[in-house]
Amino acid sequence: MKSKRITHRFIPNSVEEIEGEILAAIGVSSLEELFSSIPKEVRLKRKLEIPYYPSEFELKSHCKEILDKNVSADEILCFLGAGIYNHYIPSVVKEIIGRAEFSTAYTPYQPEVSQGVLQSLFEYQSMICELTGMDYANCSMYDGASALGEACRMSIRANGKRKILIPKFINPERFEVLKTYVEPLDAKIAKYSQSLEDGQADLRDIEAKLGEEDVTCLYMEQPSYFGYLEQNLDEISERVHKKGALLIMGIDPISLGIFREPSSYQADIVVGEGQALGLSMNYGGPLLGILAARGELLLRQMPGRIVGMTTTQDGRFLAFCNVLQTREQHIRRERATSNICTNEALMAIASAVFLSLLGPQGLKDLAECILAKTSYAIKRLSEIKGIKVPSFNAIHFKEFLINYQKKDCYEIHKELLKRGIHGGKIVREEFPELGNSALYCVTEVIKKEHIDTLASNLEEVIKY
Amino acid sequence: MEEELKALEEIKAKIPEKILRKSLAKLPELSEVEVVRHFTRLSQQNYGVDLGIYPLGSCTMKYNPKISEEIVRSPKLTQMHPYQDMSLAQGILRIMYELQIYLSKITGMDKFSLQPAAGAQGEFVGALIMRAYHRDRDKRRNEIIVPDSSHGTNPASASMAGFKVIVIPSNDEGLVDLEALKASLSDRTAGMMITNPNTLGLFEVQIAEIARMVHEAGGLMYYDGANLNAILGKVRPGDMGFDIVHVNLHKTFAVPHGGGGPGAGPVGVKDYLKDYLPIPTVEFNGKEYYLDYNKEKSIGRVRSFYGNVAHLVRAYIYLLALGPDGLERVSEISVLNANYIMMKLSKYYDLPKAKGKFRMHEVVLSSSKIKRDTGVRTMDISKALLDKGIHPPTIYFPLIVEEALMIEPTETESKEELDRLIQAMIDIREQAYKDPESLLNSPQNTTISRVDELKANHPKSLKLTWRYIR
Repeated sequence: MKSKRITHRFIPNSVEEIEGEILAAIGVSSLEELFSSIPKEVRLKRKLEIPYYPSEFELKSHCKEILDKNVSADEILCFLGAGIYNHYIPSVVKEIIGRAEFSTAYTPYQPEVSQGVLQSLFEYQSMICELTGMDYANCSMYDGASALGEACRMSIRANGKRKILIPKFINPERFEVLKTYVEPLDAKIAKYSQSLEDGQADLRDIEAKLGEEDVTCLYMEQPSYFGYLEQNLDEISERVHKKGALLIMGIDPISLGIFREPSSYQADIVVGEGQALGLSMNYGGPLLGILAARGELLLRQMPGRIVGMTTTQDGRFLAFCNVLQTREQHIRRERATSNICTNEALMAIASAVFLSLLGPQGLKDLAECILAKTSYAIKRLSEIKGIKVPSFNAIHFKEFLINYQKKDCYEIHKELLKRGIHGGKIVREEFPELGNSALYCVTEVIKKEHIDTLASNLEEVIKY
Repeated sequence: MEEELKALEEIKAKIPEKILRKSLAKLPELSEVEVVRHFTRLSQQNYGVDLGIYPLGSCTMKYNPKISEEIVRSPKLTQMHPYQDMSLAQGILRIMYELQIYLSKITGMDKFSLQPAAGAQGEFVGALIMRAYHRDRDKRRNEIIVPDSSHGTNPASASMAGFKVIVIPSNDEGLVDLEALKASLSDRTAGMMITNPNTLGLFEVQIAEIARMVHEAGGLMYYDGANLNAILGKVRPGDMGFDIVHVNLHKTFAVPHGGGGPGAGPVGVKDYLKDYLPIPTVEFNGKEYYLDYNKEKSIGRVRSFYGNVAHLVRAYIYLLALGPDGLERVSEISVLNANYIMMKLSKYYDLPKAKGKFRMHEVVLSSSKIKRDTGVRTMDISKALLDKGIHPPTIYFPLIVEEALMIEPTETESKEELDRLIQAMIDIREQAYKDPESLLNSPQNTTISRVDELKANHPKSLKLTWRYIR
């Protein structure tokens, strides 16, 4: 057999094939001729300055050496949350989304060879609707924050009004993204107040702000950014709807194992970060934006891909395909509901697998486990003198604020870090009214001993 | 555990009934093995690049190296929380920092943001940068120009960022019509969004002149990086006169598409626009890598955190696996393969626009003559390709070509695989003339036969979750 000379392992055509048959078939004598349409004055006249690692072994060693400089949440005791959570991910999830039939596919433009992705996404949409109680969901946005941005744009398109009400204690990243998304629409964002005592929304302030003209929607979160549960969502919902505005609700999907689903509050649009449903933290991405809604009016305003169930043309088989595409950019162009094209499909599949593994009881058990750990942590830490836990007098899920009364939060952070503990996210810069506080998170991967270790170390650090 | 359970009982006694869920969510109730079999079976009903040629035009469906998949599964990456103290994240920050630099070198830009989650989000960022730039100068500029051959995301992104979209026609050669461009430029022009090579696979030879005209009118030039695979190491958007670019890491830089995402769409700009980039960017002070939030003029954030980081690592690995010569080779062979297909198939399918000219990374054919002669449409041809085990090209795009078949083979297909596609398309054409009826029933060899998309979309039969059938 004649040996083939290839120039790179990722490029299968051999030098012989290229220089022989292929160039001849095209009718040129060199590769360079194919680039002759590029004017000389704009051509790059030198080599790119990019390092080259010829062998897989060397490249892997190089990457390993760099990544070894990271100290991951597996190597320290980490109490960070604030939007990204260290949940346990079942092996099955990683195995399934690692399958190349899913991971190396494109958007399912040809449904006859894409039933795997399509049905999985349909199941994802269905499970999100079971969790939230909504009528329909799209097959993902980029993340929870951009989902909120798109949800508010939907609301503005649906009722033509332009003022958005959001809670004072909102995730700052989510707030920043929302601002960017609605700025081109000349939308105004106003924050309603929440009590410094128990974090609960100020109903009178909400009423006053709803009384102003032009409110398109009110956004509320359950649980809140600081982990506590709002008690008066029914009352808020009633006031919002009485004024003809839409209610957008932000959720943590895991919490829906025990806490009321958004549909029971008559939420019109639901958004959330789906990372907790089987996605690795990955230093913040890829994530999964959950977006679900109800009613015919909002369906036409939905951004992004939606998968529907149908049959084959001969009616013999159940089938799935992208639907309502006339909302989308590739058909509607500048009049599309959004520009989103590539979304987070594989992450949606991951969460469908995750939810299928857990099932109804499993999700409830997981939520209760987290609730138990949160409650234990709050109980144990509140024994420590010199800190206030939690800052808000309310029920907490997964997260809670610690107010360091005696010592600077950055000093405490550094001291804990020296002891192999990563404290919560410091919130002083973004919420000066909360003082020297940090947002701590406990999920099912945090053991009782971990909480006890945190407690004893905090005790020492504060005395120090 | 005991104490935790005790705490749970205590807290449960305190939670008011009115915030609790009344019944369990109706999720599947399955054992692990059932879940595995279900999703494994579903995966077997799906086509991916690892199974064969996937020549979707403007999608750059190239092989995704396995080394990247192994490395990104390291807990040293997966278990990194984005709010970790930066001293614990020096490894990943270094990769991000270096990737920003490599992307700048490849595109001829000065500064990159890795934040956008996809190409379209990169475009949104680019359009917002134009908006902020003009607001600092001249508020009236509210129009963005796009050619009629542009990707749908371009006008959608411009419109989302608050601009009016001005569409200009292409000329007979399939290129930007300079007269039409001139007529559309005014003191309202904020900029132009364009991809080069364009969606017909043609290099816009007048690009320097186009950029000069737009700049002279006071606008900025935006480069849609969807078609970057054609020009690596050959020519750079920055040298063609572009001010802002996005690159699709999930196209040119071999990040797997995931059945529709996640992707990653970093945005690069020239020096005079760098203050507008989203926050934070990754910087290096000679000692440490860090996230820099200090940008007063920044357009803000378009998503949480710093980008689809796992994908950034994949792209970084890919770049180092190829190096400067390898990257150039990528473009050479992707262009070679597209021209090979054009030469072989233009005897059988129409080649709209610019006959006799070489294509770059993709070629657009048309089956409008076949349709006229036989009634067989591009849709039928694509379904017939499925029957031969080949994923069809992008169809019915660009919109300016009737019955379009937009083919982008990429450099990772062998001659043997290209010949298989070419022969299949020749055979299907022959069959269209011999027995057109037989093609209308394709595909037959796929998991399911042709899907009823009309029924799927009809208000009476619309089913968006399994509740619709319960």
